[in-house]
Amino acid sequence: MSSKINKLPGIKLKENEMYSLIGLVEDMPQAKYDFAAGTTISKFLQGLKEGKILGRKCPKCGRIFVPPRSYCEWCHVATNEWVEVPQTGEIHTAVITYISTKREKIEKPEVVGTIKLDVPGYRDGEYEFAGLFHKICVDPQDVISGKAIGMKVKVKWKPKEERTGSILDIECFEPL
Amino acid sequence: MRSNIFMKDRVAIVGAGLTTFMRRALETPRELAWEAAKMALDSAGLTLKDIDCVVIGSAPDTFDGMHFKGEYLADGSGAINKPMTRVYVGGGTGVFVPESAYWHIASGVCKKVLVIAEEKMSPAHPHPQYVFKYIWDPIIERPLGPNLIWIFAMEMRRYMAKCGAKKEDIALVSVKNKRNALDHPAALTAANITVDDVLKSETLVWPVNLLDVSPVTDGAAALVMTSENVAREITDTPVWVDGIGFTLENQHWYNRELAFPRYLNHAARMAYKMAGIERPWKEIDVAEPYDPFDYKELHHIEGLMLARPCEAWKLVKEGYFNRDGELPTSPSGGLLGVGNPIAAAGTMKVAELFWQLRYEAGKRQVKKPVHKAVANAWGDLMQAGTVIVLSN
Amino acid sequence: MGVLMSRVGIVGAGWYGFKPTTIDISFQDMMFESSARAYSSAKIDPRYDVDAFVDCQEDMWEGIAIADEFAPEPIGGALRPTFTVAGDGLEGIAHAYMLIKTGHFNVVSVESHGKPSEIKTLQDIYRFALDPLHVRPLDYVNPLFYAGLDAVAYMKRTGAKREHLAMVAVKNKNNGLSNERASFSTKLDLDYVLSSNYSIYPMTNYEIAPFSDASITFVLANEEYAKKLTDNPVWIDGIGYSTETGTGATEWHEWGKMKSFRNAAIMAYKLANLNGNPQVDFAEVEDRFSFMELLALEETMLVKESEAHKMLEKGDFNRDGYLPINPSGGSLSMGIQLEATGLSRLLEAYLQLTGKAGNHQLKNVRRGLVASWRGVPTYTSMVALLSV
Repeated sequence: MSSKINKLPGIKLKENEMYSLIGLVEDMPQAKYDFAAGTTISKFLQGLKEGKILGRKCPKCGRIFVPPRSYCEWCHVATNEWVEVPQTGEIHTAVITYISTKREKIEKPEVVGTIKLDVPGYRDGEYEFAGLFHKICVDPQDVISGKAIGMKVKVKWKPKEERTGSILDIECFEPL
Repeated sequence: MRSNIFMKDRVAIVGAGLTTFMRRALETPRELAWEAAKMALDSAGLTLKDIDCVVIGSAPDTFDGMHFKGEYLADGSGAINKPMTRVYVGGGTGVFVPESAYWHIASGVCKKVLVIAEEKMSPAHPHPQYVFKYIWDPIIERPLGPNLIWIFAMEMRRYMAKCGAKKEDIALVSVKNKRNALDHPAALTAANITVDDVLKSETLVWPVNLLDVSPVTDGAAALVMTSENVAREITDTPVWVDGIGFTLENQHWYNRELAFPRYLNHAARMAYKMAGIERPWKEIDVAEPYDPFDYKELHHIEGLMLARPCEAWKLVKEGYFNRDGELPTSPSGGLLGVGNPIAAAGTMKVAELFWQLRYEAGKRQVKKPVHKAVANAWGDLMQAGTVIVLSN
Repeated sequence: MGVLMSRVGIVGAGWYGFKPTTIDISFQDMMFESSARAYSSAKIDPRYDVDAFVDCQEDMWEGIAIADEFAPEPIGGALRPTFTVAGDGLEGIAHAYMLIKTGHFNVVSVESHGKPSEIKTLQDIYRFALDPLHVRPLDYVNPLFYAGLDAVAYMKRTGAKREHLAMVAVKNKNNGLSNERASFSTKLDLDYVLSSNYSIYPMTNYEIAPFSDASITFVLANEEYAKKLTDNPVWIDGIGYSTETGTGATEWHEWGKMKSFRNAAIMAYKLANLNGNPQVDFAEVEDRFSFMELLALEETMLVKESEAHKMLEKGDFNRDGYLPINPSGGSLSMGIQLEATGLSRLLEAYLQLTGKAGNHQLKNVRRGLVASWRGVPTYTSMVALLSV
């Protein structure tokens, strides 16, 4: 192909050219959904409201899942037991974001990451672990230097009156 | 997954087509699909009448602002009174579409299949990236207001921490690919840049800078695939599909070690086993690993077993993956250099290997002789690994 | 050629839901329930015995971009070969059929679900499927008008009258009374229908299927495995799917006909090595709009062109008739479950052929046809031919 063809089909437009096209149609999807959380996640959110992190155990392989699942994806059986898990863990990975969901610059950079919780039953260094994705209240410099990776952290809750039964009832994870 | 020793009819790629990859295209999605399809058919010397089945790949419907996107693309992709199906594994779709065409043909149901991957991201307002807000779990993840780049940044940070790679080492991939893309006629972001340029570009989500990322792109790519008998009538140099592999990991990416993509490894093993490849790091001559971010190419090279875990970043420094190196990767310029129309990007990579294996890649042709090649794509929340192994 | 001659059979099926709302359960939990039932009926462990997993979903029905992210875990496909087909469940069955016929996969599972009760703006999602440049700006009230256009053209071409369309609804709504999955069945007389106002001319509300939530999973296997896993596999003799034209190019569509049914049927019959009429004992066909049942029967060549409404009038399609059509009550009484609708029809046919259809079981059925359409504004249909 390319040894013979130099110009491929396709007409490029600049941003202002696109918006001044004749026949440009603007449309906004009206797409609204009510997602049923299901019994398991509902109980998890209820636990968050009460300041607890709840995990769910698989009777076959013994894994304790956080966030809890109704079924164990590795065994394809229903989980059967609620377990309250420790609220401490270590940072698996963390990054500093300077942009919002809409790709705009935000005023104060935030640190987010995934946290491996100190849930029993998982071996050290195992590929899978129980954990959460959330904001981390740590100095951004620690993320760059690498000090944050593996740092021991604990949950920082929002004040009780502000909790609504949402993942945001956790304000962030902060160093122990 | 087992090798079928009774399967006598192999599956081949006999034609490929591509549109220019653009930040915003004048063409509608159907026109983009048509351009790529026409070029692919012409290159195989076939017309639409010859085609039995059509397989379409396109990622989130929300970009184009269409529901039933596959149905909308149908006529542009030649699906007029033909069996048409749309397969979808997020970003992995690009490599998955030819895999799906493989079983259309290997099953005996179809003989000549037109494969089209198309993506038009530019219609999304105010910025296409906002569409990615809807890929997250609505209850556990979305309330945190995540941006897609966060998840890549987290994976990159983990890879750097676990493997000791630094930003400047990883940036070499972006430099390599953007330079490779200078020879690609469809390229959007080809450039001669340095590691410094990458490090100085806007920091989006540390450690990811603007030049570490592939751009929002409109584009389409198409392939024509046929059974062995038909392939031999059409061309003297069919490219055989020796192996296919695909895996979807669980959705809880924050319950997994992010430094190594085991889902890709599973898919690769499936494809290699089918292709009879036991030592990919020795037997594969050229690879197109999916590179939406520079570190992702390293991640995937290791997942594809072309380098040991945590070793790929060292090999880049030595020029091991350059076009004139031991195991050239992304000779096309990849997503970083050519562009990233989500679904079409993977098919662009497969098309590149098609041309490489026929020695038709012109200035991009790698230095060493090529016999076996592998391409992969990635998708979803660090979940989808799709792998295809080709040979000439 | 030995492998290509081997048949593909359904060895297990499971379902959950078939209710207008399922507010107590999340869509993933529904997927887990239906797949657990399917694997249990096939007596297999999905983590070891299933080689590939096919899921049929569309993003905009799910409310999640890249819906296949949430597919693997509940159906047992985590870290296994799993993928999504953006199409009706029957299209997924076609993929599974092809996967098995390659000889590389022995057992494949197919899941599809619909939870329309969670979509607050359902009409708007349909609107979002219309051509954005030429149709959407027309500002009409109900995007389902396409069905009305086809109905009118069909009636003109074949001589079917408005009463015949109503008779389909009467038959199906009454049939559904004996089906525990038919939440919208009701005792219906012809005059109730004829005296109702039109909803989308020439059909009343009785003749347009409502929505219901369900998840359905099937397990397919090649002949060798099918015989090992179950005593009564249901063979898929042929399967076909076809698209007449794209949703942005309706000018190619032949109004009053559904060529996609015909092409899909031809593809299925060719795979089954048949010429023309497949000689089935019953059929579960598309009826989300009453006229579509008659059109589907003609296009799949089960009945001669323009004969369907006459046979309907004679009672040939009743449960005790010569060729029972939709003995389950069809979508008119079960509701449509978005992309899972094709699997609903397949489920009803599967239950008939395995003698598990309970109160609406037909006697002595050995061959059945299933035909499904993706709905307005598409022109894509699927046909499957089954036998025991």
